[in-house]
Amino acid sequence: MGQAIAFYTLAAFILGFAVLVVTTKDTVHSVLFLVLDFLFVAALYVLLDAPFLAVIQVLVYAGGIVVLYLFVVMLVNLKRPPEAHHDPHRRTKLGLFLAVAVLLELGAIAVYQTTRPVLSVPGAPMPVTGNTEQVGWLLYTSYLIPFEIASMLLLVAMIGAIVLAKREL
Amino acid sequence: MLSAYIPIAIFVVVATGFALFTLVFSSLLHPEKYNKVKLEPYECGIEPMTDARDRYSIRYYLVAMLFVIFDVETVFMFPWAVIFNKLLLFGLIEMLVFIFILLVGYYYAWQKGALEWV
Repeated sequence: MGQAIAFYTLAAFILGFAVLVVTTKDTVHSVLFLVLDFLFVAALYVLLDAPFLAVIQVLVYAGGIVVLYLFVVMLVNLKRPPEAHHDPHRRTKLGLFLAVAVLLELGAIAVYQTTRPVLSVPGAPMPVTGNTEQVGWLLYTSYLIPFEIASMLLLVAMIGAIVLAKREL
Repeated sequence: MLSAYIPIAIFVVVATGFALFTLVFSSLLHPEKYNKVKLEPYECGIEPMTDARDRYSIRYYLVAMLFVIFDVETVFMFPWAVIFNKLLLFGLIEMLVFIFILLVGYYYAWQKGALEWV
């Protein structure tokens, strides 16, 4: 009961700040609301018994990612009126189609999650205790390939950023 | 379980409360006499040259991007380090492969001069 109240309170805050992020006129304020949103998501992780993820959420998202967002905001010319940003090559229909596709996908995942049979045996018992240790154990045994792929993803992100900024260097 | 987070909750409440209290209390006390110098971002120090909401160099973005990437790399090392004595050599090789792939990117960034601020 208490947990349900805490969950819905946090969920309300998360959704509320998310709405503020997209409705605020000032882009910098929007990013600052995003920080609050990330912090509340971290609180949600704590509630879900995932303290490691909660700390990472604060460290990486509320810390690093938001700084990145702020620098991106500082890159663009905020003083130009929005009409001046109108791009003749803008593909509104394609964007709408992709948005609907993502929405359908998320809906399918949600339906699948609620209707699939619950796995009774979670595999071999882990030889470690503690949240961070268990995350590590799963990551470095069962999910080894995704972990190594993650490093490739980081490499692509790094090279992509450098290529995008190259002309300036 | 959740009771371990009570100190953090108290910390958040006190920090937020202090900030709000300071703002409200000073707005009740201070006289409202404004002039040009008072409304500047810094009353003492370097005089502002242009509007702060100007376009900044893309190098800031690049530095932030590289920071986030190596930040995430370090994050992956935390759960690895706490169970290193269970993973043994297998874990060491895994992490070396992971770091090697990112070192390729590091070398590329270095060669491209992305780490220099000129």
